[in-house]
Amino acid sequence: MHDYVVALVGGAVIGLSASLMMLFYGRIAGISGLIWNFVQDSRSNFSSSGLFLSGMVLGTFGITYITGIEPSPIDRNTFIIVLAGLLVGYGTKLGSGCTSGHGICGISRFSTRSIAATCIFMVTGIVTVYFMRHVL
Amino acid sequence: MKKNKSVTTKSFGLMPLFCYLICGALFGVGLSISGMTDQNKVLGFLDLFGQWDPTLMFVMGGGVGITMICYRFVLKRPMPFWGNLFILPRTTAIDKNLVLGSILFGIGWGLYGYCPGPAIASLAHLHGETLLFVVAMVLGMFLRSKQEA
Repeated sequence: MHDYVVALVGGAVIGLSASLMMLFYGRIAGISGLIWNFVQDSRSNFSSSGLFLSGMVLGTFGITYITGIEPSPIDRNTFIIVLAGLLVGYGTKLGSGCTSGHGICGISRFSTRSIAATCIFMVTGIVTVYFMRHVL
Repeated sequence: MKKNKSVTTKSFGLMPLFCYLICGALFGVGLSISGMTDQNKVLGFLDLFGQWDPTLMFVMGGGVGITMICYRFVLKRPMPFWGNLFILPRTTAIDKNLVLGSILFGIGWGLYGYCPGPAIASLAHLHGETLLFVVAMVLGMFLRSKQEA
């Protein structure tokens, strides 16, 4: 199958998951939000968000096991990795969402906030890659 | 935005909990077959002015397409299967926090090629770098929540 078709199918599976989260629990499948819920829940009690996140790891493990294809991490120094992590964590908390919450769920609800957020993080992502690859 | 507390699973037995795991697994499967867990592919997608790889546009297309259709039907229901109400963000204003947060998130995404979902999913591959990224990400969320407090 062509890469584009596989990507479309993969996206549809993500969409199915997001739709089921709304149908079953009335929740947005926003991963940054689920991570934060998990961090908060795990201090006191059992976390349904933690179950979802565990499922994500299991699903990815399963696909890697079946296909035997494992993407290796790109080569960046520790400083960049930590900086990137801090920016992603701080930014998604401040901006109330990430690629899933704003990009998939928000756009699907025609939320202008989410459409704006998605445009902004796409643009700054593109600018960052431009600097990293073609300027520095 | 209303905070999602885990109120939905108290009185319905084990099935709702099991389905959380299934939903998560679906999400992880979708991310990994679509190439979102491959940082090179993500950065290739963001490299609009270089060797642009449009593949991930199709991930977005598939994801938004299905969710848009399903939400239409789901949100017409009086309530979710296991819960009393649909928890939807009420805020509609494009405020400073949304803009600044999204700017910073995009920079971090472009630096290392991981947004939150693929970072968590990629923990399955047991690489130290991924774990380091996830720890830093959670720390970043903490830093922001301290400011909110």
